[in-house]
Amino acid sequence: MEKETASLKYLFQQEFAKMVAVISHTYGLQHIELAEDIVSETFLQAMETWGIKGMPANPTAWLYLVAKQKTLYHFRRNKIYEEKVLPEITHRNEKSTEGDVLEFSPQQIKDSQLQMLFAVCNPAIASEAQIGLALRILCGFGIEEIAEAFLSNKETINKRLFRAKEKLRTEQIKMELPPEHEIVKRLDNVLHIIYLLFSEGYYSQTQNQILRKELCVEALRLGLMLTEYEATNRPSTNALIALMCFHASRFDARQTPDDTVVLYEAQDESLWDQALIHQGEHFLGLSARGQEISSYHLEARIAYWHCIKEDSPEKWEEILQLYNQLLLINYSPSVALNRTFALYKANGRKAALIEAEKLQLTDNHFYFLLLGELYKEIDNAKALSHLQKAYNLAKTDAEKQGIREKINQLT
Amino acid sequence: MKEFMLIFRQPSYDYSQATSEEMQAIGKKWADWVGGIAAQGKLGATGRRLETDGKVLKAGGVITDGPFVEIRERLGSFMIVKADTLEEATTLAHGCPALDANGSVEIRAIMQ
Repeated sequence: MEKETASLKYLFQQEFAKMVAVISHTYGLQHIELAEDIVSETFLQAMETWGIKGMPANPTAWLYLVAKQKTLYHFRRNKIYEEKVLPEITHRNEKSTEGDVLEFSPQQIKDSQLQMLFAVCNPAIASEAQIGLALRILCGFGIEEIAEAFLSNKETINKRLFRAKEKLRTEQIKMELPPEHEIVKRLDNVLHIIYLLFSEGYYSQTQNQILRKELCVEALRLGLMLTEYEATNRPSTNALIALMCFHASRFDARQTPDDTVVLYEAQDESLWDQALIHQGEHFLGLSARGQEISSYHLEARIAYWHCIKEDSPEKWEEILQLYNQLLLINYSPSVALNRTFALYKANGRKAALIEAEKLQLTDNHFYFLLLGELYKEIDNAKALSHLQKAYNLAKTDAEKQGIREKINQLT
Repeated sequence: MKEFMLIFRQPSYDYSQATSEEMQAIGKKWADWVGGIAAQGKLGATGRRLETDGKVLKAGGVITDGPFVEIRERLGSFMIVKADTLEEATTLAHGCPALDANGSVEIRAIMQ
């Protein structure tokens, strides 16, 4: 029974996104909330009917049919259809009749979802709201799940989604692919949102492991969707997919069943997902077409090297140079810290220490962790005092616990 | 923060004679040094690299080809860094690989 509920949840999640996309595509993005309502009602009816009569042979066909009936009924009843929608549709497509306009065909679903992806990732919407909207509209997540992923509450998420949808209306964002000359720039934004979605899942503070994994899977699915169209199947798209595959391959290895984080060095390689690593290598290969080197290219190659557990001077020299390049296009404190760690592995403790002292990221506990690590063997007293600072700045209990162990090892 | 230009000059050096290992070592030195400045968040923009060949136009329409024998050091390339003072910008210039090759780094504030 539990398994059945899980598969139902998955079915609803997938079909929710598809149906909302197709209805919005057919009637216009201004009706997106109505589309959500209609699809939700459809699911409610499915729960009731299937609960009594059992699941139909083809559940998706059942869902599509009911959603279609509900949609047509709504627009007819409200006369919106004749007065507003129909003139626009006939204008767009002379031959169409009411009945076959709304069509849940595989092609229609694919096209609508891609258009929805671009609509949701419109730069007019704040990026935090974009992720929320993407989770709701593109991935079919419930409000409660989104709130949990963001460590927020339902009310805040609802408000955020409401504002985002209002933006879709006021900015008159259309369900269409951007014109040819804009697609590269707009795709950047789409890739960025997918990247954030993945990171949200991969690094989220929420304890719900299943939810986190689902976020990562969804981000990967959206990325793969982009590869099905020539205009969006660009080297940077493939690089981002490779990056996600490499990271996701370590998903099961970085956490114990009781939710303790397992650091890279201590991970059991046999838990790394080799199939995902191979997928990553495949997409990394595809990303190398053309001249473009995006930050995803560099991060994917760094992640690739981390899929090789064995330390070698070559590995760390490559990683260091990739971080050097990444810093040129994308500075962030965490990249600076990772770069300095790679410098330690490639050029030695002393060289790295000189560079680390210059960073002065004094509100960042990872900075003091790094200094603590580098001062080990050189000056244990200094190493200890840095670890102590890291301990004081660390935010979660799990982090504090890890630092405490390091301190104990030194004393 | 203000912006400063670091201008590198090095004695002419015939890189065509260098082995690929030597070239790689030189490349690594530069990449590590620039990476160190970028890691501090103080890199403005990397200047475009200049090709070795060039011409010099002088008064009276005299054009000479490089290498530029009159100037002891050839202008290598340049880079923009962010710093609060000229002193701080000069500190950033320390460790520049041009210095290892008997070259120099000129540090100049960019007018706002």
